[in-house]
Amino acid sequence: MKTVVKQEMLALNGDEAVAYAAKQPDVDVVAAYPVTPQTIIVEKFSEYVANGEVETEFVCTESEHSAMTACLTASVTGARTFTATSAPGLALMHEMLFVTSGCRAPVVMAVANRALSAPLNIHCDHSDTMAERDSGWIQLYAENAQEAYDLIIQGFKIAESQEVLLPVMVGLDGFTLTHTLENVQVLSDEVVRKFVGSHQIPKVVTHEGKIVPFKLDPDNPMSMGPIALPNYYFEFKRQQEEAMRNALKRISQVNEEFEVISGRRYGNGLLELYQVEDADVAIVCLGSTTGTVRTVVDELREEGVKAGVLKIRAFRPLPVEGIVEALKKVKAVAVMDRSMSFGGGGGAVFHEVRHALYDLTPHPNVVNYIYGLGGRDTSPTQIRQIFEDLQRMIQAKRVGELVRYVGLRG
Amino acid sequence: MVQETVHPLSKYLREAMIPHIWCTGCGNGVILNCFVQAVDELEMDLDKLVVVSGIGCIGRAAGYTNADSFHTTHGRSLAFATGAKLANPELNVVVISGDGDLFAIGGNHFIHAARRNIGVKVICANNFNYGMTGGQQGPTTPLEASTTTTPYGNIEHPFNLVHLAAASGATYVARWTTLHVRRLTQSIKRMLQKEGFCFIEVISPCPEIFGRRNKMRTGLEMMDWFKRASVVENFSDPSKAEISTEKLIVGEFVNTEKVSYEKFLHEKISQINEKRVGW
Ligand SMILES: Cc1ncc(C[n+]2csc(CCOP(=O)(O)OP(=O)(O)O)c2C)c(N)n1
Ligand code: SF4
Ligand SMILES: [Mg+2]
Repeated sequence: MKTVVKQEMLALNGDEAVAYAAKQPDVDVVAAYPVTPQTIIVEKFSEYVANGEVETEFVCTESEHSAMTACLTASVTGARTFTATSAPGLALMHEMLFVTSGCRAPVVMAVANRALSAPLNIHCDHSDTMAERDSGWIQLYAENAQEAYDLIIQGFKIAESQEVLLPVMVGLDGFTLTHTLENVQVLSDEVVRKFVGSHQIPKVVTHEGKIVPFKLDPDNPMSMGPIALPNYYFEFKRQQEEAMRNALKRISQVNEEFEVISGRRYGNGLLELYQVEDADVAIVCLGSTTGTVRTVVDELREEGVKAGVLKIRAFRPLPVEGIVEALKKVKAVAVMDRSMSFGGGGGAVFHEVRHALYDLTPHPNVVNYIYGLGGRDTSPTQIRQIFEDLQRMIQAKRVGELVRYVGLRG
Repeated sequence: MVQETVHPLSKYLREAMIPHIWCTGCGNGVILNCFVQAVDELEMDLDKLVVVSGIGCIGRAAGYTNADSFHTTHGRSLAFATGAKLANPELNVVVISGDGDLFAIGGNHFIHAARRNIGVKVICANNFNYGMTGGQQGPTTPLEASTTTTPYGNIEHPFNLVHLAAASGATYVARWTTLHVRRLTQSIKRMLQKEGFCFIEVISPCPEIFGRRNKMRTGLEMMDWFKRASVVENFSDPSKAEISTEKLIVGEFVNTEKVSYEKFLHEKISQINEKRVGW
């Protein structure tokens, strides 16, 4: 890439990488409440504020519900807004997540993925973000600290796109990514600022026929989040779905534009395929586990096994067509879920991937592996066993148990 | 033969949970100690004692106490306690939780529990910050204090907890520091024998996180501050109960009687039921 600019290599953990990314594109307001394993993000950010490195208004709210509320209201005045949280905090934000997406406020939030209580646990799984998959937020998942950094920057650009205007949450695995030091290439503030651009606010027509920016503005007063009863509510929701569809395209574009400045590209932005093209057996997963699976795929390929991994980068919007395209020739697929959908017969990722493949004939055999709940480690050996299960499935021409558990006692 | 010696208070603790997580010099152990001492002196029935705490360093107290206990979600200790007390008013329900848990994320529960005078007893370990998550600014952080989210000094006015509790309607309000071991124990005993909503604030050293950033590196240095600055002013005006580097006003501020919420509630229920019988 000719236009790739000079970058600096820093040793950062995932949280620090996120904070670094958030300090670069002139964020106006950050409102947050501390929660493990996100805390480093807001602590780092408050240092940037205190040192005068950013001109952001930083608000320590008294809970996450208020943090999201403050972000929403800041955002609808036209401010660029960022926050970060984790499981219990995200759960407490639940009400406001829907209000934020419903108001089309392009807030960007990092979520350090963590298990939900009870029992109390601070380690990684995806039950927090999966529980919010219908909240109207774009959901992107990072594989490593570098990608977390890149996704936050891309997140602002995606969220604020006129055809999207949806909030974006970036998931990064608690502790595995948030607290692990990695080499992270960072762009200069100037390049990031230029890349993200200034916050463009769309114009809307008021009931008086005036064309005004869509924001709370004393010169052009308007009311945000008013009541919409059976007469209009439905249309609002349909428009959000439209915006999600637009986001599919926009996420891909931003991925490409980002490659131009950074030299880094993540598949088509929505999905990343690794050795899937000719694979017989494939694992579908998201987040840091992808790294483990890649290693095992390399080993298996050396042994002559046609194994691959499909990483879902964008879970919302879900790139259904891309998933179909990627998996249509694969014989057996294991979908990894790091959360449960109790009573639903498998995890959320499984449901959606399997549903995506419904129209394919013949479709691959798809099974579900629930893994790593509450931070339980998933080893390369276990991943290898999954691939072996898939191979046996092909040989035996029998699927067997649909939902399986990795590394579960008893 | 060597006789195994058992600490007289060990029956109040779940020894399997020990060693505890608290740092050297932390005040949480003193608070727990005073609490079990009070329970022991009152010869309370452990089967009727419920200890509820939220999330935070002090929140571990519920897990360490050998009573029925609930380690709740962050901020909701009073809501859980309200449920337990209403379902079974015979229980002695005690909340032991932090300044963040009770006054930031759970602040709303506090004022309403005090207002309706539910018979729950609250001990708040006020260490001026969110200890567990690494020492961020919270609702009791003094002006100008350094925390991880206010590295150049806090610019938010803190709550005066005794004033807040008194104004919200608590029938017993006291403040001590972890230096006042005997007075704190006596105070807890008094509170446990009362009917309505009661509140004790215990100013507690968090040398590892708060002290370190505020020129008090050890528990001892923090205790020095308590010793130097504490002034006992029983039944003085709660609104003037100052907390500053120079002065820490401690004592009992409120001790009144008021019908508790659960009493009102259960009286109302019996009245209605009596009328029903006549229908
Ligand atoms: C909803 C939610 N938000 C944030 C957290 C993270 N968290 C755990 S403890 C705590 C603060 C505890 O402070 P405090 O109550 O003062 O107790 P201390 O640790 O100081 O004893 C926070 C913010 C959480 N567990 N749940
Ligand atoms: S961080 Fe502070 S409050 Fe928590 S255990 Fe250590 S000294 Fe005690
Ligand atoms: Mg505290």
